[in-house]
Amino acid sequence: MKLARDTWLIFERQLQLLLRNPVWVFVGIFQPVMYLLLFAPLLKPALNAPTQAEAYKIFVPGLLVLLAIFGGLFQGFGLIAELRAGVIERSRVTPISRLALLLGRSLRDVVSLLVQAVIITLLALLFDLRVFIGDLLLAYLLLALIALMTSAVSYGVALKVKSEDALAPLMNTVAQPVLLLSGILLPLTFAPGWLQGVANWNPFSWAVDGTRALFAGDLGDDKVWQGLAIIAVLAAAGVFWAARQFARSVR
Amino acid sequence: MIETRGLRKSFRSRAGRETKTVDAVRGVDLTVTEGEIFGFLGPNGAGKTTTLRMLATLIEPDGGEATVAGADLLKDPAEVRRRIGYVAQGGSTWDESTAREELVLQARMYGIGRAEANRRATRSLDAFQLSDYADRKCKTYSGGQRRRVEIALGIIHEPRIVFLDEPTTGLDPQSRAHMWDEIRRLRADGMTVFITTHYLDEADALCDRIAIMDNGEVVAEGTPTDLKREISGDVVLVGLDVATTPRAAELLDSEPYVNKLETADEGGVRLYVDEGATAIPQILRRIDHAGLELTSIELHRPSLDDVFLTKTGRSLRES
Repeated sequence: MKLARDTWLIFERQLQLLLRNPVWVFVGIFQPVMYLLLFAPLLKPALNAPTQAEAYKIFVPGLLVLLAIFGGLFQGFGLIAELRAGVIERSRVTPISRLALLLGRSLRDVVSLLVQAVIITLLALLFDLRVFIGDLLLAYLLLALIALMTSAVSYGVALKVKSEDALAPLMNTVAQPVLLLSGILLPLTFAPGWLQGVANWNPFSWAVDGTRALFAGDLGDDKVWQGLAIIAVLAAAGVFWAARQFARSVR
Repeated sequence: MIETRGLRKSFRSRAGRETKTVDAVRGVDLTVTEGEIFGFLGPNGAGKTTTLRMLATLIEPDGGEATVAGADLLKDPAEVRRRIGYVAQGGSTWDESTAREELVLQARMYGIGRAEANRRATRSLDAFQLSDYADRKCKTYSGGQRRRVEIALGIIHEPRIVFLDEPTTGLDPQSRAHMWDEIRRLRADGMTVFITTHYLDEADALCDRIAIMDNGEVVAEGTPTDLKREISGDVVLVGLDVATTPRAAELLDSEPYVNKLETADEGGVRLYVDEGATAIPQILRRIDHAGLELTSIELHRPSLDDVFLTKTGRSLRES
């Protein structure tokens, strides 16, 4: 009960601050929109897809996962600014739940990601993408879990390194191989065996496969529950670890 | 209100490959009584902030024991947290929020309901004369206004004791005087106030009792008046050039009214005497008699800096 109340309190505050400066939501989708407009048209011939809509069914899910990963991973920067301003320390002298300090922030990130995802989906609809609403909602759940995990991890790392200078290269170094090994831009069915073998160890690759299956309307595909399960476990672990960082001494 | 025994904390720092252990606080014994303004005086790096952060539950002590506001610091930090207020040195407000939003949020983080939090914020804005800018963003405030918001945040839940870490550092003289009034007002409301400062005049004028801290240890504790009386009497600074200083020091050291004598490297001696007014004529006569030349003579009522100097061998102004 206290956890729910405290989480809501932090979420409310963070959302209020975000809405005061909503430009960030749009900055966040600028890059994916560029991919959608300038890269996706290359895919129909490249993937040998029968129609443009088929190509979008493969590409848009990957793009949304990309958005969720990157949107989350870079949230730590905001937290470092808060650390510097003393806002975190001010929270830590109160009896507020430490888990709530994390969850309130990460939930704000999840909400902002979902808004972005809806915008991207609507744009893709203009390009003839069609997806069943139930499958779409389940795909959004998967995206929400990814964003929860990546933002929590980003906050945890931010509390550990405490400086933007360290966080930026660290996040880029992690994000780059994760991105390439998840078949986001092109499906890994094109990859040579060894590359597929490595990618099997990348949880985001499973998430991308799951999301693609949902967009293709294959709710019964094993990849759907596998992707959801893997990401759910990792999200829980990420939240647990990051909440511990909030409970520790941080300046 | 606060009772500590042997409180200590060391940090490990890494410089290159070597790991060094720095004893930031090495066994602090303190007693702070209810309703007083207690000051922690010492140079930067003396361990004041570390001690304060331990007492405020922000860092865990390595050893020792402490009771804060009736709760055991080591066994029940959560209870201590509920009973105290803490205002950090480096600020705690968010640029894009307004004072009112910050106050309501802080009250609610202490578990206070929304309606009551709103009432308290309004009352607190009034008390700290912030009502006129209550709904402006914090980034538009002056240094003094912002500091007042931060103090208001620290006591929104009406704690019995509040810790203020260097509350006047970086403020202009007028805001500083204003802040002193605010702090006295807290005491008048029955709150115990624990501040750290490296300003001698602040410790002297504002605090009921002080502890002088140096190198992780409390070297003196008492009221400013008692501490100054303890180093007995007045200080006379006799200006001499470097060549004549040793001879003059030798002469004056044997005078019966001189309790203690120190020579300065740049020439001159510092005499601790019971009564400056009667000592000065005698000093003048003695120097003159020996045919030595004197460049200046000054009488000092002892300051807390002299206390610090006697206890640590260094001046607080230098360190």
